[in-house]
Amino acid sequence: MSEITQEQVAHLANLARIALTPQEIESLTSELGSIVDNVAKVSEVATPDVPATSHPIPLQNVYRDDEPGVTLTSEQALAGAPDHDGSRFRVTAILGEEQ
Amino acid sequence: MAKAKLMDFDKALELFEPVLGFEVHVELNTRTKMFSTAPNYFGGEPNTNITPVDLGLPGSLPVVNGQAVRYSISLGLALGCSIAPSSRFARKNYFYPDLAKNYQISQYDEPIAFEGSVDVELADGRTFTVPIERAHMEEDAGKLTHVGGATGRIQGAEYSLVDYNRAGVPLVEIVTKPIFGAGADAPELAKAYVATIRDIVVALGISDARMERGNLRCDANVSLRPYGQEKLGTRTETKNVNSLRSVERAVRYEIQRQAQILADGGTIIQETRHWHEDTGATSAGRPKSDADDYRYFPEPDLLPVVPSAELIEELRAALPEPPAARRRRLKQEWGFTDLEFQDVQNAGLLVEVSETVAAGASPQAARKWWSGEISRLANARGAEAASLVSPSDVAALVSLIDSGALNDRLARQVLEGVIDGEGSPQKVVDARGLAVVSDDGALIAAIDEALAAQPDVLAKIKDGKVQAAGAVIGAVMKAMKGQADAARVRELVIERAAE
Repeated sequence: MSEITQEQVAHLANLARIALTPQEIESLTSELGSIVDNVAKVSEVATPDVPATSHPIPLQNVYRDDEPGVTLTSEQALAGAPDHDGSRFRVTAILGEEQ
Repeated sequence: MAKAKLMDFDKALELFEPVLGFEVHVELNTRTKMFSTAPNYFGGEPNTNITPVDLGLPGSLPVVNGQAVRYSISLGLALGCSIAPSSRFARKNYFYPDLAKNYQISQYDEPIAFEGSVDVELADGRTFTVPIERAHMEEDAGKLTHVGGATGRIQGAEYSLVDYNRAGVPLVEIVTKPIFGAGADAPELAKAYVATIRDIVVALGISDARMERGNLRCDANVSLRPYGQEKLGTRTETKNVNSLRSVERAVRYEIQRQAQILADGGTIIQETRHWHEDTGATSAGRPKSDADDYRYFPEPDLLPVVPSAELIEELRAALPEPPAARRRRLKQEWGFTDLEFQDVQNAGLLVEVSETVAAGASPQAARKWWSGEISRLANARGAEAASLVSPSDVAALVSLIDSGALNDRLARQVLEGVIDGEGSPQKVVDARGLAVVSDDGALIAAIDEALAAQPDVLAKIKDGKVQAAGAVIGAVMKAMKGQADAARVRELVIERAAE
């Protein structure tokens, strides 16, 4: 059985800034639990000689030359901004949060 | 903000053992950003050095800057680290507008470099080995300006403005292991460690390493524990320490502050603290909490970095001499006293003196001009000495002095001409007519005139009182408008007086 708890789901939702109703938390707890169970099943058959992978495509070392390319103008950059001061994005008060 | 009570530093060290740890962020001076083709330049007009990747716009994809990877490997090797045969990027998720994506691309479980050590030299010549845990690649964040409120700080601000020009600038974060045994040297070691990292990246040529510009940033972790206790004390992480002097002061302050709290029976709160240069104190930032749950996961948009053994060995072979070894070698080669060498080093003129010597000047002459007149002019003009004149021009100037074509006074005028863009020293000499008068005929005429005008001096010199010649030499130098070699004038005065 899954070890995912409703507290964990609520915690994750909070970190991800997603507002969930108690009903959603309940159903997600059970859904996430099934996913974790299924992954655990795959882990059972994985042996030490199967390397972990983080990417489905067998590619590596894809690099770019260190050559400058086209940049956006500040008008273009700000075009989709909810608010700006003409050159910078304007965001609402961040209050107590710090980097 | 109430002022924290501080325990006397020596007393604090009697009671507690300080344990240090550092995270140093180094901005690489590649031409472009870590994952985008935007220029790696964040002065100028806000939000102009950015591409859709830097804004995390839908459909944009990051691509790794190969040069940044090479620089990172070189730095890892210079820190004595192993280079990971395979490393990958990870997303560090957090909500803060300094990055538009709501995550920072960093490295988490597979950093490019790990397990190294750096030898740090203290002022008295002792060497302290700082263990390095890892060095990983990541991207810098944008710059926030908080508007409204009294202090320009985030608290009480009405809104904030964001410039993403710095977002995506390549960073390497160097993380030490806990550093034990520094004792009373802890503050000095902190400063010396950051200075050593700076020297290393400058020698590698991979960062501008200007702390005041944020190219090199240090977070200092400090914890205390009673002597003999195995378990580490609760640590604080002081941020915003942006000069070598501040690093030293911040560590000293945290030792004194924490010691007082512990001695009073209190507990240290694990938190971020901010260093304030003006008050010389740290203040509490946010406590470490849920917000530190960054939910790292492998960056799906990027592929693993798998450097070949050939590449690693090629970069290893190209490593410059370690800065500490280089300093020892230069000091010996140049035959400088400790004081002379420290003067040059503290003024940041090692490279300039070194290149001037390589261009043919004697070490003492190179030191004299760089630490003396050039530094004075740089000060007066509010510029960096190195930006005023090239080492080859300084070497040419010294050569003109050595050949007798210039005396020091004329050389200073020539130097000003060179700095003002009038061309090479020789060109300035020619254009301004500044050469020493080497025509003995003209000198002898002036000497004879001066001797005739001061018969008493002539009599003294004839009596063997050679020091009396000074008055005549002065008169001749004045007549020649300073453009004579005083040593040659002296020889001729004595010669003429004897006749």
